[in-house]
Amino acid sequence: MTAVDTTATTPGRRTVTGRRWWWQPGRTGTPIVLALVLLGGSAVFGDSFASGRNLGNIALDSSYLLLIATGMTFVILSGGIDLSVGSLLALSGVLTAYGAQWGTLTAVLLPLAVCGVLGLVNGLLIGRAGIAPFIVTLATLLFARGLAFAVADEGNRVYLIPADLALTRLGQARWLGLSAPVWFALIVFAAAVVVLNRTRFGQATFAVGDNLETAGLMGVPVARVRVLVYVVSALLTGIAGVLVAAQTQSGLPTLGEGRELEAIAAVVIGGTLLTGGAGSLGGTLAGVLLLKVLQNLINQVGTLTSYYQQVVSGTFLVVVVLIQTRLNRRRMR
Amino acid sequence: VIGTRTARPDVLALLQAGGVYPAIVVLLLFNLALTPNFATVANLRLQLVQVAPVAIVAIGMALVIGTEGIDLSVGSTMAISAALLPLYLGYGVWPAVAVALLAGAAVGVVNGSLVAFARMQPIIATLGTLVACRGLALVLADGRLTEIFDPVLAQLGNEAVLGVPISVLLVLVVTASAAVVVRRAAFGRRLLAVGGNRAAAGLAGLPVRRTLVTVYVVSGVLAAAAGVLSTARQGASDPSSAGLLIELSAITAVVVGGTPLSGGRVRVLGTLMGALLMQLIIATVIQHDLPDSTARMLQAAIIVAAVYVQRGRSRA
Repeated sequence: MTAVDTTATTPGRRTVTGRRWWWQPGRTGTPIVLALVLLGGSAVFGDSFASGRNLGNIALDSSYLLLIATGMTFVILSGGIDLSVGSLLALSGVLTAYGAQWGTLTAVLLPLAVCGVLGLVNGLLIGRAGIAPFIVTLATLLFARGLAFAVADEGNRVYLIPADLALTRLGQARWLGLSAPVWFALIVFAAAVVVLNRTRFGQATFAVGDNLETAGLMGVPVARVRVLVYVVSALLTGIAGVLVAAQTQSGLPTLGEGRELEAIAAVVIGGTLLTGGAGSLGGTLAGVLLLKVLQNLINQVGTLTSYYQQVVSGTFLVVVVLIQTRLNRRRMR
Repeated sequence: VIGTRTARPDVLALLQAGGVYPAIVVLLLFNLALTPNFATVANLRLQLVQVAPVAIVAIGMALVIGTEGIDLSVGSTMAISAALLPLYLGYGVWPAVAVALLAGAAVGVVNGSLVAFARMQPIIATLGTLVACRGLALVLADGRLTEIFDPVLAQLGNEAVLGVPISVLLVLVVTASAAVVVRRAAFGRRLLAVGGNRAAAGLAGLPVRRTLVTVYVVSGVLAAAAGVLSTARQGASDPSSAGLLIELSAITAVVVGGTPLSGGRVRVLGTLMGALLMQLIIATVIQHDLPDSTARMLQAAIIVAAVYVQRGRSRA
């Protein structure tokens, strides 16, 4: 494999081109909608929304989802889907708290190793054995949740992370006014953007998602790429789990139920096509922020219960995707 | 529906198509030999009654998957149906049940229209309705659990006719009708054609959009019926837990039963058996005093094993 020029396979599609390789605002209106929502929120709620404290909370809340959604973007771009991330988040958190009794190093390495292995199992079953991603990751969803409950003694035991551990201090630190998880998420995100757009693996991910057979004929190591994207997704989710555990000083096996759907929603709102092959990490960032800002705004409206938040989120997801489908179809004509 | 066209030996092809049947037999034999009090009428009836809601939802799901779709909103539809029941019980049981089923149909119309007319991907369209409908159910019920003291509804949940619980009878009726529709009715043929190749079905003059909307409506109504059933059995309407994560159990049952996610083929009886198999696994694990977490991990392994045997036709 020398060069994988994804633009050459399908002319007219916007992928990696020239200066705008890290962001393609023309693809979706998501960043614009995000800006409008932010402005509208500040105008209506004033300081209670636009205060540094509240925005900091939104950033912290978004950081975990950003990590998961970044991995999910790789998976979806390759034409797959990863339903196991919500359970992996819980498993990673529980293992962090469990491993914390032997110090920070085990608390970080144990969950990442286990998540990496489960990601590898996902990848091998999908990439090598050829089972549908939806089914494999559905099984891993069950398995990881089961393992998390098994480690936590069926949920009867909550492992606590000591406050004086280096992990706790690191996880709860604040630099330049932002919590540590936000910085970790941003660093990982930046690295992912470079990997996706500037490495062979990233380009191969686009190629595989665009057309499996064509990519194979061009010499892209299809199976290896399909295995790797699930490892990436599981590892990033593992990092998110470690950070959640460090923040809350505990690991709960019930954590993260339904997170996989939230992550998929963020990726799709960000303009990445579920069919694979087209999309961007910049869009995913905008999608994550948009979801979290909206949830925060709905919470600001005191008269609305959190139940309405779900009604609005669901309707919003449908409306955004509807608009996207419209725009895409017009562009294709 | 039609035999496989591969050159494999017949035994292997049979195992691939119906791997769920030997799995059930093995599990049954294991339980008969090693589980005390397994082969009692009370226990078998309990297992069947417990599997009823999942089985009903899974049959609807199998039809949707036959059109190369998926319906994630079934659990939330059950919640809406459960939330509506106590609100309309004042008008009588049957009007209340009718309202619940109508609500299920309405969710189906929304899903179907998004998929058929707006051409949204089913997983995203129904993900949106999953989130929105759960919220709506909680809004309707004000987030509270409501106890229901209605004799007719209690009968529906707990009585038996000729020794067979009403919910089990309902499962049998739904399965039989679905099997007849898929094999014999024009609608079933259209459904499989749309799932096999939507563009070709359209070019052949089939009413693609109407078929898609109808399939999602059927799935919604069946989910609502499952919601009525589980509410009746519990004697309480709990919109926050009714049908939670049932979409995963239903999809599992469909897939384990041998229906490929890529559409164009539906195994109705296999789906019912898939639901039974999953229920048997849980029952076996519980009756041998193993923790719930083991049951989940075992289910995961069995899903992968079942699909690995059938792979080649389940690539999606």
